[in-house]
Amino acid sequence: MSKIHVTTTINDDEVEFLCDPRESLLDVLRDRLSLTGAKEGCGTGDCGACTVTVDGRLVCACLMLGAEAEGKSIGTVEGIATDEELHPLQQKFIEYAALQCGICTPGILVAAKNLLERNPDPTETEVRYWLAGNLCRCTGYDKIIRAVMDTAAEMREAS
Amino acid sequence: MALDSQKTEGFKQIGTRPDRPDGVDKVTGRARFGADMTAPGMLWGVIVRSPHAHARIVKIDTSKAEAMEGVKAVVTRADFSDAITPAPGMRGEMWNVLENVMADEKALYDGHAVAAVAATSQLAARDAAKAITVQYEVLPHVTDVDKAMEDGAPVIRDGTAEASVPEGMHPNVVRYHESGQGDLDAGFAAADLVIEETFKTEATHQGYIEPHACLATLGGDGKGELWCCTQGHWNVQKVCAALLGLETSQLRVTASEIGGGFGGKTAVFIEPVALALSRKANKPVKLVMTRSEVFRSTGPTASTSMDVKIGMTKDGTITAAQGIFRCQGGAFPGAPMEFTAMCSFAPYNLKAVKQIGYDVMTNRPKQAAYRAPGSPMAAFAVESVIDELCNKLGLDPIDTRLKNASREGTQANFGPKWDRIGLVETLEAAKAHPHYATPLKPGQGRGISCGFWFNHGGETAVMLALSEDGTAQLAVGTPDIGGSRASMAMMAAEELGIPYENVRCTIADTASLGYNEISHGSRVTYASGLATIEAARDAVKKLCARAAAKWGIPEDAVKWEDGCAVPSGPNAGDHDPLPLAKITAKMGATGGPIVGHFEATPEGAGVSFATHIVDAEVDQETGKTNVSRYTVVQDAGKAIHPTYVEGQFQGGAAQGIGWALNEEYIYGEDGRLQNAGFLDYRIPVASDLPMIDTVIVEVPNPGHPYGVRGVGETSICPPLAAIANAVSNAAGVRLKQLPMSPPRILKALGKHG
Repeated sequence: MSKIHVTTTINDDEVEFLCDPRESLLDVLRDRLSLTGAKEGCGTGDCGACTVTVDGRLVCACLMLGAEAEGKSIGTVEGIATDEELHPLQQKFIEYAALQCGICTPGILVAAKNLLERNPDPTETEVRYWLAGNLCRCTGYDKIIRAVMDTAAEMREAS
Repeated sequence: MALDSQKTEGFKQIGTRPDRPDGVDKVTGRARFGADMTAPGMLWGVIVRSPHAHARIVKIDTSKAEAMEGVKAVVTRADFSDAITPAPGMRGEMWNVLENVMADEKALYDGHAVAAVAATSQLAARDAAKAITVQYEVLPHVTDVDKAMEDGAPVIRDGTAEASVPEGMHPNVVRYHESGQGDLDAGFAAADLVIEETFKTEATHQGYIEPHACLATLGGDGKGELWCCTQGHWNVQKVCAALLGLETSQLRVTASEIGGGFGGKTAVFIEPVALALSRKANKPVKLVMTRSEVFRSTGPTASTSMDVKIGMTKDGTITAAQGIFRCQGGAFPGAPMEFTAMCSFAPYNLKAVKQIGYDVMTNRPKQAAYRAPGSPMAAFAVESVIDELCNKLGLDPIDTRLKNASREGTQANFGPKWDRIGLVETLEAAKAHPHYATPLKPGQGRGISCGFWFNHGGETAVMLALSEDGTAQLAVGTPDIGGSRASMAMMAAEELGIPYENVRCTIADTASLGYNEISHGSRVTYASGLATIEAARDAVKKLCARAAAKWGIPEDAVKWEDGCAVPSGPNAGDHDPLPLAKITAKMGATGGPIVGHFEATPEGAGVSFATHIVDAEVDQETGKTNVSRYTVVQDAGKAIHPTYVEGQFQGGAAQGIGWALNEEYIYGEDGRLQNAGFLDYRIPVASDLPMIDTVIVEVPNPGHPYGVRGVGETSICPPLAAIANAVSNAAGVRLKQLPMSPPRILKALGKHG
């Protein structure tokens, strides 16, 4: 089967790749571009471990075809810290122990960052519902929610 | 017996909350988990699985697949060692593992592996797997624990039963446990009220978000390399070597970062298959399970059917208790029924008690450990009956538990006398907690439950190598499943007297340390922690010897204080303290590398108890339960890194909430799993849960230098019962079957779902 040529932008870098029409965006990111930050937890859009942004919108990369990335702008966990400094969310996740095993962390960080960009002052309920598509089996979410709320407060103060 | 050198206060590092060493890797996406590794020339493997619950494999035709473009190897059972033979019960465990990894004559459950293929891409491997045709002769099946014990139930594997199983039982009953003490008849006769109930729990899956994944390389020379997500890579090495007929030491296994395990990654599933494919193709093979494969083919916990009978006097004294626990663990022996039986009444001081366990085989996947395997179900049954007795007799649930609580010196329900334990302290802390004093709102119910887990020590090897610049490299062999590298580095820093940041803790591969048992049994902070402390003390002894040589005084005239060697005693003379970094800077010229070791099997893992308080409300129209408040009180012995201890408490409670309310394996009439995905097997999401409050009780474990008790597992023991008690009290009717899903609650309320 012939491959499709795709030109896209990932974390602000222009990227070209060839992919099989059946490959998901997640397959392409992980297996063709070595961007293994997004994880496959289910392959059916239920766990959120592969959460990325596509033109600023949250998407499960396992539910989108690689070929559909043509002309889009993709954001992954690898693009959250732009230089030596971590993003405040990343710093707070470490400080709060908002991760135990860390497999869900990339997807949760992408989703939480997207939330704070839209709503800098979310309520606890808003954070819980925004992250309801991102499964975490280790933490019971308590420390994740606290880390996101505290980051939001700190970012509001800083701005 | 307490260790002579036990220290429980005056710490510099212990009890602080530093950042974890793998934190930046985990928040930037660069941490490498099981599926994140590749190798040059790598192939992809895919496993073909049985769609039948029970079937004879008549013929496997691989010819079409082998002829396909890009296909490099196909394996079946014939590609594994034939030196492993079956034996009754758990004595044939290596054969059971082989049989589970790749079916031989029969497929024993929906999802059982029957063949595998490796090809140049994942898509090519998937296409080839579809082209492998397997001819089955479908056999009658059974998936329910009670039905599997009935006369006429299909026999999974005749001749598996151990000699201890009472005569006349169905051949699917393969192991038996009985323990207890005292005169039950007299005990029940002395009670003012006796309640006997039957309870059922469904199988639940550990539900780690990372599917099993590995990258295997094995040549015809019998030398191999394996990268995999596992809770215990030495066990993987041992099992894979046996299944493939290799010398153990020729296979080096490296544990990847692990995306959750909870017991489910103590077992071996795909690694031997990837190695067999690699040997045949002479190329590296990567094998990653799909989520559906994880549900269908890896270990859920046992499902249970339980009868519990307890007698109590009007003042709340338990006079006698009896439990019968039937546990189903899939198509192999090993359901943790002895743990279910032994944990059942462990919190209580009972003169008359008896517990019986049955291990029952069915056509389901081979059960695997899940966080305190067997204990949560027992607590569900026992603590529900105690709650009902308290309700009927008008007694306070915490006072009643305090009245009967196990203490130091109490003879446990399964025999031994308890050492120093912290159950009473957790009950008192729960009673004093503001949660317990808060009045319930209309429609809410409150539930209390205690829980118990043994904890474990196990074979442990640790090495601590000092660097010239005075920093330390700590190599441990227990995969870090929740921040243990931070705790280990803290303990090493405490002993050495250097900053936490100066210790780098790494999970070593199998070629770099002696055998380490799996990260299971809540053993890591206890056993690897003890080993780290002892390895650091070994290094300190060597550091002191170098100082003694420099000063020309006896070694025992030098002691270690705040990271320095200092003279000690009347004949030591007057010397300035010699800091660690000054000794290590010259170690090459003063005797060579300084390395501390510990290799042993620590056996003082202190048991752990917890008490949970839950408030819940039930929607009378829909049957949906909302957990509105949750408090965990647990004895940690000594919390090394309190934030991670809290995390273990909260995580166990959250998994318990899922088990109690939503999660279950649903089998159709055809014996196939109906909900092999996260959409239909629904684990708790953020919007389902409240904040989970925690209280860390510290009753030092006499068997650890700092008093540590394992904390990972006990936290899942009380939730099923605590939630069931809260729901029953809110609904006004006793719930006796898990999960308490909306249709089941509506049925209990006399409404149709």
